Amino acid sequence: MKIKVLLVAIAWTGFMQASVYASGDPANGQTLAMQGDGSGAPCAACHGPQGEGMAAATFPRIAGLDADYALRQMIAFQQGQRVNAAMTMNIDNFDEQQLADLAAYFATLPVPAPAAATASEEQLALGKKLALEGDWDNYLPPCSSCHGPNNQGVDGTFPGIAGQHASYLKQQLELWQQGQRTSDPVQLMEAIAKRLSPEQIEAVAAYLASQPAVAKQ
Amino acid sequence: MKPLNALFISMSAALLFGASAAFAIQSNDVGHVKLPSMKPGQYDHQAPTLADIQNDKDLHPELRKVILKGRDLFMNTQQLRGKYVFNDMNCKSCHMGEGRMAWSGPVWPAATTLPDFRGKNGHVNSLEERIAGCFSYSMNGTPPEYGSDTMLSLVAYHQYMAKGAKLYDRNIGGRGFSSLGNEMPKDISFTQGAVVYAHNCAVCHGPNGEGKKVNGEVVFPPLWGDASYNWGAGLSRVFTAASFIKNNMPLGQPGRLTDKEAWDVAYFINAQERPQDPRYTGDAKETREKYLNFHKATLYGTEINGKVLGQHDNTGEKPFLKPEVLKPRTFTEGTPASSPQ
Repeated sequence: MKIKVLLVAIAWTGFMQASVYASGDPANGQTLAMQGDGSGAPCAACHGPQGEGMAAATFPRIAGLDADYALRQMIAFQQGQRVNAAMTMNIDNFDEQQLADLAAYFATLPVPAPAAATASEEQLALGKKLALEGDWDNYLPPCSSCHGPNNQGVDGTFPGIAGQHASYLKQQLELWQQGQRTSDPVQLMEAIAKRLSPEQIEAVAAYLASQPAVAKQ
Repeated sequence: MKPLNALFISMSAALLFGASAAFAIQSNDVGHVKLPSMKPGQYDHQAPTLADIQNDKDLHPELRKVILKGRDLFMNTQQLRGKYVFNDMNCKSCHMGEGRMAWSGPVWPAATTLPDFRGKNGHVNSLEERIAGCFSYSMNGTPPEYGSDTMLSLVAYHQYMAKGAKLYDRNIGGRGFSSLGNEMPKDISFTQGAVVYAHNCAVCHGPNGEGKKVNGEVVFPPLWGDASYNWGAGLSRVFTAASFIKNNMPLGQPGRLTDKEAWDVAYFINAQERPQDPRYTGDAKETREKYLNFHKATLYGTEINGKVLGQHDNTGEKPFLKPEVLKPRTFTEGTPASSPQ
């Protein structure tokens, strides 16, 4: 029993660090989102007034994102495991509590309905297969094996990817392929991304973008 | 040094050096799938895909329905929860990749090599009886009745996966989980296993091996505790778990762990408590001795960190110990055999 308690304690401090700080204040987060970090643009400049993002510019939808996940990503931008000049510049002056407040605020925003799919039926069918069945002959487990039922996300480590902009999903998978995104624990996503063909990336991004996302409470 | 102290020190070290850099050492060729190669002369078989089942013109529509039902049960065995399944496992939890993958307990060899003698229960088993074993141990439950629609559909899925494979060819490559052999290394280490677990496994399976669920649906199966496989499951053998882990875990990265890491973490996981072996006599050490052919590869009935593993009456969520179907069978030529039913 002692060992179990010890393991829990150690694992919590080691792995759930984000959760420890994640008791963010959404009201303060809203203020910070509008003000920016003092030397950069407010969040809405790129992510839109409702956190809906902007598909044409690969700016992700952040409304309804899991707060622990959002916090972990912002910390990754500050620490260099994720690289994006605009993002880094615009949040580098926030401290961890302020990042937690922002994450808490965007988690409360309702998720917009997905945009009408522009991909072909074949593409969407291939994307659906990858998302829900995988392609084991190329050692690709389905997205849902980690991102949860209907790819709605599991927790702060495994985010919802349904209802995210296709342009952003494609860009991120390519960043993983190029070794430019290293924030995933145990390289879980990098391994998969490196086995995806360009055709598969297009298809799975298009399919996931066409699926409704449900905000996590 | 007391095991607890050793554990604390190694875990603390792992934290100090590991936590700030997030997790384990980064691998450079993480996209490369590192599976063992087949030995010369070993037989391999490409099991049919879902699309094959859907498009096979030779299948009667009724049979196609039955095979697809079997596949559905295989992928989502939780639909039998409370009736035949009393933990959080699905068939696919261990037989990954739809039960089609070499090195991941492919299911087609069961269809091509059974009926066969099985050391675990000491008699000749049919395919149904083999599947019944999974329900009794890995699923901590009780099997669907022999000949029932549920059993028929599971058998049909197994058998269709063997389409085109050679019957009774035993030199099968990638069968089961045994690529590391069945000899536990002398220097196997609980404390090292705890560190491997913390770095590579806890992110999905949780700090306490409890797995993860979303709205009650299992995403990552629990590795120990009440909702995991019981003490009679094949995976509770350290060598079976070690080979499974080596060639399947972390998900998407077979071969990431060294052999030593796979052995250590398998030992660590299988040194945790889980539901009672259905063959329990009331004494774990006695049960271990009685089924030593199996338990010589498990830690059941042995003392780890001051406690005898499996010395308890906990059957998990299952409201009974032993399924009726687990019975010996004798076969005497010329006389009707006793049935396991």
